[in-house]
Amino acid sequence: MARFVARRLAGMVLVLFVVSLLVFAIFNVIPNSDPAQRMAGKNAEPILVKSIEEDWGFDEPLPVQYWSMMEKVFSGELISYGDELNVDERILEGIPATFSLCIGAAVIWLFFGILFGYLSATRAGGWLDRALTVGSVAGISIPVFLIAAVLLYLFTYKIELFPASGYVPLLDDPLQWAYHLILPWFTLAVLNIGFYSRVLRSNMLDVMREDYVRTARAKGLDERRVLIRHVLRNSLIPVITLFGLDFGATIGGGAIITEAIFSLGGVGQYAADSITNLDLPPLMAITLFGAFFVVFFNAVTDVVYAYLDPRIRLGSSAQ
Amino acid sequence: MATGEPLLEVTDLVKHFPIKEGLLIDREVDQVRAVDGVSFSVARGQTLGLVGESGSGKSTVCRAMLQLLKPTAGSVRFEGEEIAGLSRRRLRPLRREMQMIFQDPYASLNPRKRVGQIVGDPLKLQGVASGGQLRTQVQELLERVGLSSEHYDRYPHEFSGGQRQRIGIARAVALKPKLVVADEPVSALDVSIQAQIINLLDDLQDELGLTYVFVAHDIGVVRHISDRVAVMHEGKIVEQGSADQVCEHPTDAYTKKLLAAVPIPDPRESRARRQGAASPS
Amino acid sequence: MSPQALLSVKDLRVGFATEGGLLQAVGGVSFDLAAGEVLAIVGESGSGKSVTAQTILGLTRSPNARIEGSVRLRDAELLDAGEDELRKVRGERIGMVFQDPMTSFNPVYRVGAQIVEAIRAHRHDVSSQAANDRAVELLDSVGIPDAERRVDDYPHEFSGGMRQRAMIAMALSLEPEVLIADEPTTALDVTIQAQILRLLEGLNRERNLATILITHDLGVVAEVADRVMVMYAGRVVEEGTLDEIFYDPQHPYTWGLLGSLTRLDRPRPARLPQISGAPPSLLAPPTGCAFRPRCPHEFGKCAELPALEARLADAPSHCDRCWLSPERKREKRQVAGQIGLEAPA
Repeated sequence: MARFVARRLAGMVLVLFVVSLLVFAIFNVIPNSDPAQRMAGKNAEPILVKSIEEDWGFDEPLPVQYWSMMEKVFSGELISYGDELNVDERILEGIPATFSLCIGAAVIWLFFGILFGYLSATRAGGWLDRALTVGSVAGISIPVFLIAAVLLYLFTYKIELFPASGYVPLLDDPLQWAYHLILPWFTLAVLNIGFYSRVLRSNMLDVMREDYVRTARAKGLDERRVLIRHVLRNSLIPVITLFGLDFGATIGGGAIITEAIFSLGGVGQYAADSITNLDLPPLMAITLFGAFFVVFFNAVTDVVYAYLDPRIRLGSSAQ
Repeated sequence: MATGEPLLEVTDLVKHFPIKEGLLIDREVDQVRAVDGVSFSVARGQTLGLVGESGSGKSTVCRAMLQLLKPTAGSVRFEGEEIAGLSRRRLRPLRREMQMIFQDPYASLNPRKRVGQIVGDPLKLQGVASGGQLRTQVQELLERVGLSSEHYDRYPHEFSGGQRQRIGIARAVALKPKLVVADEPVSALDVSIQAQIINLLDDLQDELGLTYVFVAHDIGVVRHISDRVAVMHEGKIVEQGSADQVCEHPTDAYTKKLLAAVPIPDPRESRARRQGAASPS
Repeated sequence: MSPQALLSVKDLRVGFATEGGLLQAVGGVSFDLAAGEVLAIVGESGSGKSVTAQTILGLTRSPNARIEGSVRLRDAELLDAGEDELRKVRGERIGMVFQDPMTSFNPVYRVGAQIVEAIRAHRHDVSSQAANDRAVELLDSVGIPDAERRVDDYPHEFSGGMRQRAMIAMALSLEPEVLIADEPTTALDVTIQAQILRLLEGLNRERNLATILITHDLGVVAEVADRVMVMYAGRVVEEGTLDEIFYDPQHPYTWGLLGSLTRLDRPRPARLPQISGAPPSLLAPPTGCAFRPRCPHEFGKCAELPALEARLADAPSHCDRCWLSPERKREKRQVAGQIGLEAPA
């Protein structure tokens, strides 16, 4: 176990380092990204641009700029170029919204994904299976922004059932919190429900053919027990590991479009805004934030996988 | 028909697989001693039977011998020349002379290739024949192993296990090699088909002057087809000698145990043996 | 046919509807199993032996399966029994052991837990502690050392032989009267096989456990069976006591099986007697005797399917499906001094 943790920490440091380098490099290569120019505005005097450069240190060599930015990221003193506000603080403000969106959507997509997958597999070939299959494929194919647009149109405009935007903190008003998040939750979940139900269906059909399922029946277990304790349990292992990676990626940035469309003011929206403004500091910090979660959930997934499948145990040597 | 020098001579062959562990960097902490110092020789035109249970190392010996795995140590001399540790380029011309037949007839044939292609590929790769001539040669080969020339255009999944094994054999002997290593060629087949394949291998040996190394866990089959037998246990050869000698007058304790475990398909003999074992002698 | 047979199978037919037509896996099989008896069902792939065994427990039921005939366990008819009734039989009155113990155990649960599950599925009033103790007892009774500790191990932590012992323990956990073992030693090394056969034999003797042993290995049959049933292409082609089958076989397929065996206690033949050809397709089975295309002794009458009958006056329980007269059979089965099918020229 110690060996596992040590390796993962080392890996994480390496990944974050490479990511930060990449972001920094990309930024300095994109046209129109010169921050001094952007801050000075259009048709600014070269003298103004030069003085901004000196103030902010844009005239220093790139490695020095990189190093000082990194220092500020981790000391909490990073200031964005666009609105001159503290980046790290802004991220912290956005976390509740982002987490609420991602965790809520994840619970929904896991629940329905597993339910539909189970129903499809146990009634394979029947009408329910076919209906769910069509639904799943549709869910996977339709882009997030289209789903969001359709939901907004139907449920906030045609029928004024839900609010179109905004985030209400959980502790302020739980009911309003949920009320504002229902549409975003489903928008984010639809794609994954389709995907997960397909994956689970396929796994279950494979597992049902395994020898140990036959043994379970031969022991005289009732069918429900066979399906849940033997078939479902084993079929879920790849699904759970997939979920770990997906969830990490979602928090790490997969929710950007949804947040932006519903104006939830989370980290994703901050990222969307910063991209539009080509504002480097927030993007650097958010990218690192995202990368951290992806790597972290990757590691958690591996641990959970070892727990679910005793044939894979971390840190133990072969018998 | 053995001449003075053996066709194949293996001396102190060793193949270890490292077990790696470590905090940040993997370091070798132990080894799996799959093959732990094995020596034998095979004369031209003869059959050496290699018998052992699972984990004995017999399959690893085959692969290390043919340089499909790089031996950790030891010498393998083919026609007097050292081949252990040779580069792939230097080994290429020798591949014509050494071929292998595998155990699983369902896994050893590429399901996307037609039979004619599977059997013809070695001929094509080594530049022996091409085009129409290739086709004729392959069809002759198919007939010789008991299939029909019309099977040329079919796919492996259209055949039974025994027939697939025949395809594998046709592929192995296409280049008229000197040495054929058969790794459990009949274990996955039904008993009545096993006899057919064994007889086929016997016939081909006489016709083409082949030398065999025949690996199996079924000692009865090994004894039938081999001139000499070597018994493997935990990476080492514990006994070797002529087939009759090893099977009828074993000297090693493990060999005796192995032979005693083989069920006798004769109820009276079987009862007698068990009674004999039950009462002290 | 004993009137008090424990298990009685009559004219069992099992077909599967496939894209290529109806695949008749079992085409009319009948046999009786007496209490404490060991019946070996011998056959190769496609003979229908495994399908027969699995159908007894209703494990082949599916939308595309056509099952007919009768399977009676004492007084209960199993073939058309409802799922609930069948579940009470499975594990409790008939236990089953399969070929590959590695894949027959669920890899994510401990072995003890899987045995406990079997027990508690039938005995709802047993506490999990009591069931666990029983699991330890069972593992111990099949010769697994250190059972107290091993009961908490996972299947992959057992060696092949130990796993099969655990599987046998699980199948017997509710003390059924019948054990069906489908190729229990095929996946094991020969030294381990010998141990498992000893175990099965011991269980049969000590508990009067009726056993159906399915195998393709005549050596295994010779060691443990009381009676033998030879199957080919979904039908029984010969049936008799162990000695009758080995020393007075009546069907050419049996001769072929016996002849193609390698015998360590006899000198090597120049050529291994073989059976030419291959088993027939079960989608389009030949009319008449199914073995006819491969039989060197076939003649005109073989176009008509022989009935399974006792044709020897002094052996009423020895049946076969071959039209040859007993004298002809005795003559034709001698090949190069021993029993076999004709070796090719």
